Amino acid sequence: MEKANLLAIFIAVMITNNVILSQFLGLCAYFGVSDSLRSAFSMGITVTFVIVIASAVSWFLDYYLLIPYHMEFLKTIVFILVIATLVQLIEMFIAKNIPLLQRMLGIYLPLVTTNCAVLGITLVNSNEGFNFIESLVNGLGAGLGYMLAICLMAGIRGRLMFAKVPRAMQGMPINFLIGAMMALAFFGFQGFLIK
Amino acid sequence: MHVAPFNIMTLFNEFFKGIVKENPTFRLVLGICPTLAVTTSLDNGLGMGVATTFVLVFSNMFISIVRNIVPKKVRIPIFIVIISTFVTTVELIMAAYVPDIHEALGIFIPLIVVNCIIMGRAEAFASKAQVLPAVADGLGMGIGFTMAVSIISGVREIIGSGTILGYEIMFSGYSPAVIMILPPGAFITMGLILCFFKYMGNLLGRKV
Repeated sequence: MEKANLLAIFIAVMITNNVILSQFLGLCAYFGVSDSLRSAFSMGITVTFVIVIASAVSWFLDYYLLIPYHMEFLKTIVFILVIATLVQLIEMFIAKNIPLLQRMLGIYLPLVTTNCAVLGITLVNSNEGFNFIESLVNGLGAGLGYMLAICLMAGIRGRLMFAKVPRAMQGMPINFLIGAMMALAFFGFQGFLIK
Repeated sequence: MHVAPFNIMTLFNEFFKGIVKENPTFRLVLGICPTLAVTTSLDNGLGMGVATTFVLVFSNMFISIVRNIVPKKVRIPIFIVIISTFVTTVELIMAAYVPDIHEALGIFIPLIVVNCIIMGRAEAFASKAQVLPAVADGLGMGIGFTMAVSIISGVREIIGSGTILGYEIMFSGYSPAVIMILPPGAFITMGLILCFFKYMGNLLGRKV
């Protein structure tokens, strides 16, 4: 029962209700960083990493600090500060200890602070009343779903270089239309929603 | 640091540039998460626009007031605290007075904190400008954003449910294209509107 529930959360946030394509979280980076597969992949890893850690930390704060003292209305302020601090700490930690990861994720980390996917998922965890494990699974699924969508987008945009796009459509407009097609495709998974 | 001389004309310029020339949504393509997510009907779109405008005006004002006291290194966290304070304010106000719009916008009200338009204006303008120009800039950008969101949500509501603000306006027998109020419709509408503006820009540019 418990495991089926976790699986349902994971599949829902990763595919059927994909963070980007159906919940519209983290769109700026989705269009901004998807110009090459390499950077899209790094961005995906960074987002996954930060979302999972932020889900864990914000769950503890929510459960042991905000709820017992009835300060739920401060959720937004507390969570965004936690995320900003966390990103800064992660940045300092990997710069000192894991230079390889630093080379890969370095420039994407600051972008993640203002990525709505991270704050959005922590708020969803709290609003849905997820427990610790469910929060982690939701965070992981969201991160992987983000990576899936952004890598697919980068792949399609790579192909687009050889396509003849009308002048008025070049740049952003065609990207949005690709997004529309992808959202339509992911919409087809809607029937798989496990309840 | 250059501060523009203070007069009515510059105030008007700061105000109007956000509406057309530097429209945050259609020209700069910033803050697209709420633009696509909540624009399923015109009243949701308007609610989002007004909430964002409120936050923009007050955060610009306060960031401009504290701009000379804040040390450069910690300015981003301080801006975030100021912005999220006003977001919390607007969230509580909306929950009290317009509960159904608050319900419909859901998670996207707290997410105004991470709307790139607000952080962008704070960083690029309000932290370097005097109070009045900063307020004018915030108001202009907010109205530009509200107009953009209203256009998108108007189009989606008319085609997707055949109504505007809840009133039937399409001819009888019109069957609504439900796809327009589902997620793919948001991307399609935004893409086509951006394409339209780019096309107009190209046409006008060629004439000159």
